[in-house]
Amino acid sequence: MIINGVTIDDTFAEAFGMRGTRVIITAQNHKWANIAAAAMTGFATSVIGCGVEAGIERELDPSETPDGRPGVSILMFAMGSAVLMKQLETRMGQCILTCPTTAAFSGIDEGYPEITRINLGKNLRFFGDGFQISKQFGGKRYWRVPVMDGEFMTEETTGMVRAVGGGNFLILAESQPQALAACEAAIEAMKKIPNVIMPFPGGVVRSGSKVGSKYKALIASTNDAFCPTLKGITKTDLSPEIESVMEIVIDGLSDADIRKATRAGIAAACELGAANGIKRISAGNYGGKLGQFQFHLREIMNENPVNGDAA
Amino acid sequence: MSALTFTLKTATQQRIDCAPLTPDILAGKSATEIAAVLLQCGKQKLRADALFDISGNDSNDIVIQNGSSKLDYIGLGMKSGRITIHGGAGSYLGFQMKKGEIVLHGSADAYAASGMAGGTLHVHGNVGDFLASAIPGDRKGMKGGLVIITGNAGDRVGDQMRRGIVLIEGNVGAYCASRMLAGTIGVMGSVGDYVGFGMRRGTLLLFSTPKLHSTIQDCGSHTLPFLSLMFKSFKNFPSKFAGLNQNRVRRFAGDLANDGKGEILIFT
Repeated sequence: MIINGVTIDDTFAEAFGMRGTRVIITAQNHKWANIAAAAMTGFATSVIGCGVEAGIERELDPSETPDGRPGVSILMFAMGSAVLMKQLETRMGQCILTCPTTAAFSGIDEGYPEITRINLGKNLRFFGDGFQISKQFGGKRYWRVPVMDGEFMTEETTGMVRAVGGGNFLILAESQPQALAACEAAIEAMKKIPNVIMPFPGGVVRSGSKVGSKYKALIASTNDAFCPTLKGITKTDLSPEIESVMEIVIDGLSDADIRKATRAGIAAACELGAANGIKRISAGNYGGKLGQFQFHLREIMNENPVNGDAA
Repeated sequence: MSALTFTLKTATQQRIDCAPLTPDILAGKSATEIAAVLLQCGKQKLRADALFDISGNDSNDIVIQNGSSKLDYIGLGMKSGRITIHGGAGSYLGFQMKKGEIVLHGSADAYAASGMAGGTLHVHGNVGDFLASAIPGDRKGMKGGLVIITGNAGDRVGDQMRRGIVLIEGNVGAYCASRMLAGTIGVMGSVGDYVGFGMRRGTLLLFSTPKLHSTIQDCGSHTLPFLSLMFKSFKNFPSKFAGLNQNRVRRFAGDLANDGKGEILIFT
């Protein structure tokens, strides 16, 4: 399969079942909502070292938020519910409670077959040292915690659902700037897809890994088959003209969301095409034995365009 | 199906306990069975059809016509459906109500919404003392749900109220929110003396500054974000409170003689 001169490999991305949640952060303005969201989703690129993978889904207009202020929606994913709950609590406590003017609300209340309520501000209320106030409206409980800038308001719980993490594709290009330009175009298109985040810095990861290492202590190490500088001395997956490979990893609330995002991203990268040095699109997998989900690139790119698709 | 209508035949000297006339209790009963429901009237038990002309068959939609202040316990513990009363109601309207809706076109007597845990009580008129309060011996008053009063309320509104929302468009008497445990009371009109007496927690929203006793202390003027959220949840209420959108208030906290975590918010 070739799109605009870019070869789409006959391979698939292998993804895993995760637990995901959405939190809506509001603040006095988008600037501070974004600052809070950036802090909360900071150091959350990979579950391997960060516990969770998190990112900003999108900005929300005042009309879309519960308290009518500018906001940001955040998605967080972890391999298990216990980790997710722990990370949500610590990140809420250190990044949202602390950030001026913010408030936090549940981002998942309906629309999924199985929603588990997990603590959002339930334990943060104890920061109020007895001065915290509970309020219930419309069947939801909120906490008002007195803080130095006024009051921190948070919903007691948010919804956790079964989600999918680790969807990915690789962009192989003739040069590093070209690979990055294609990634930027892909991320721009993928940001428009709801229910997904690309957790790595700027959405892009350059240090794709393989399972195992020559060092016993490491469970993963550099994916030498895709390292352009090792072409001559390793069992390479790269043709001579490839000089740079970058990966985009996708976490989504459902496999359908990841398919949409994958399609939008690849389509945007292919739009630059071979003329801009983009040669191949591939994907990372473990032979199909580890993950519950497989995203076959050619199948995804062959699907009929649906509304909202960038393709 | 038409609304199951009970029309009071004559003004009664004795009080009538209307507790059995709720949608839950009458559900599935035939007209004959409904007519034979026994109601406590003074010291005797009378058949429903001895006191009321009964028509209609939808027990989920009960209407009481010619209501009077002698009709007590309307909607006691009701869990579903709707009761509409034209004329007036006695004491204990919506007592321990769990769900459903009661609409009164007229005025009610004392202890309306006492022990109410859910549902909606809408009074187009006035209510007596102890609205949403605990009856003597109970430790908690209203425990949930929504009460809207378009007229005035008497003394001790929300005494020992535990949860829920009470919105009063008119004036209230003395000891409003006394010993309140939690929940929200809004009063558009004036409030009497000793507002928030013994208030432990909870929120009292007022539109003018009343005379406050010394154990209720001024915490200054603030813009409280939770008010936007609360007023948004009021948006669909059939009340003047639905139009509120201001979140700048002066906050008084108290009663310091009794824990002091309650708040009286006054629009500035």
